[in-house]
Amino acid sequence: MAQFPSGVPAARLAQSLPAILSVFSALAVWEIYVRVSGISPLVLPAPSRVAQQIGVNRDMLWANTLPTLHATLTGFAFSVSVAFVLSLLIDFIPKLRRALFPVFVISQTLPLVAIAPLVVLWFGFGLTPKILLVALVTFFPMLVALVDGYDSTEPDIEALLGSMGASRLSIFRRARFPSAMPYFFAGLRISITYAVVAAIFAEYVGARAGLGIVILNAKNSFRPDLMLAAVVISSALTLALFGATTLLQRIVLSWRHAGAAP
Amino acid sequence: MNALDITNVSLALGGTPVLDDISLHVAAGEFVSILGPSGCGKSSLFRLLTGALSPDNGTIRVNGAPLSSKPQAFAFMPQRDALMPWRRIIDNVILGLEVQGMRRPHARARVLPLFAAFGLEGFENHYPAQLSGGMRQRAALLRTIVQDRQVQLLDEPFGALDALTRAEMQGWLERRWSQAHWTTLLVTHDVREAVALSDRIYVFSRRPARIIAEFTVPGQRPRLGRALTLEAVRLEAQLLETLLTQTGD
Repeated sequence: MAQFPSGVPAARLAQSLPAILSVFSALAVWEIYVRVSGISPLVLPAPSRVAQQIGVNRDMLWANTLPTLHATLTGFAFSVSVAFVLSLLIDFIPKLRRALFPVFVISQTLPLVAIAPLVVLWFGFGLTPKILLVALVTFFPMLVALVDGYDSTEPDIEALLGSMGASRLSIFRRARFPSAMPYFFAGLRISITYAVVAAIFAEYVGARAGLGIVILNAKNSFRPDLMLAAVVISSALTLALFGATTLLQRIVLSWRHAGAAP
Repeated sequence: MNALDITNVSLALGGTPVLDDISLHVAAGEFVSILGPSGCGKSSLFRLLTGALSPDNGTIRVNGAPLSSKPQAFAFMPQRDALMPWRRIIDNVILGLEVQGMRRPHARARVLPLFAAFGLEGFENHYPAQLSGGMRQRAALLRTIVQDRQVQLLDEPFGALDALTRAEMQGWLERRWSQAHWTTLLVTHDVREAVALSDRIYVFSRRPARIIAEFTVPGQRPRLGRALTLEAVRLEAQLLETLLTQTGD
């Protein structure tokens, strides 16, 4: 259990204080360096300038954040769905694991810089290549999380269900699937952060709008301040999605936070 | 007619003989223990009974009829409590009923009145992690009993508890059993536990398991919570002797 009950705001603040302080001091050092050295903003813009650019360009940034969010969520939902269906097949037909895993492992060795342009070439500038690239990056971690999660089921629990006359399907539903949930959420929280990066990279290679396009255009017009503005937005987006999955985990795995033995 | 008759059962797993010509019986309402060294094949016998394995030779009869997988004749309590950490205690207790196809609200209503006798009143909606080891074990036993099977199979049910909690739980089980007289087959390697709880004791040899002795336990119940009788002390010594001479080579 956490040292502080999560309901107490002062205690929570005290816990996150070191993190806040370290981020702020890093920004302060950066700001001071830019001002003292007089370095050109075309090389290294100060944090204050990046913040100012976010304010000035907020409509444009927002309009480009939505397509990125859309691509991330669609691609990720697709990836998780496929991973779930395949994890089911692998769990019920063990031979499939040996047949399929090598293919999946190889898919993880493909360099994204080479694959992304090809996928865009084959599928155009629409949503499809982004979904595929997000799925390529996030599918395998999700599948491994699920399959390992099923295997983590306590043998005693399975033996118990067997002694009660439960079918293989019933054992899966009542024991193997719930046992996999902590693994599933661990995979989910890691993969969602990859998903945003993959979506932005897919846009960067070819898209009509999105944070990847903002970064590309800013690079081509020598505007590091605008690039960093887009980076800040994409970090915020990633953090928000990470927070959402953490919240979902707390709700679904509420039994883990119920407290210890009296 | 006995609740359970095991006749000349042999079993080999992967070419290794595990059970060698085992014959034993449990009468209705009787508490029988199997005492043997660790890894002697006691658990394999339980897997035969719950249908996870089939014997190579011999027959298993329940109330005179050959063992069939449905309906299940045995309620099994594994070594560790095997409570599902994501289910509340009440939903852990109804697991067997749920597998049998009973709807949750109905099953909950049926088991709820039993919580008091098992010392679990007020903990229905707690998660297993919130309970002490003894309470978890009582919840696991309640989960076994509510299945309403002919024979309760207890596989070293108190082996994972600390000594004090174990003694407490043994006394509690004896009191509960004296009221309910569940037909029970207990596997243990704790001599004192076997003598305190059983009507009869079978002693298993090392692998491949044979039955090397059978004892009827004398003495009035309740036996726990009072001084050991001389007969009990003698029986304990005799059992230990039997176990040690055949495992001491």
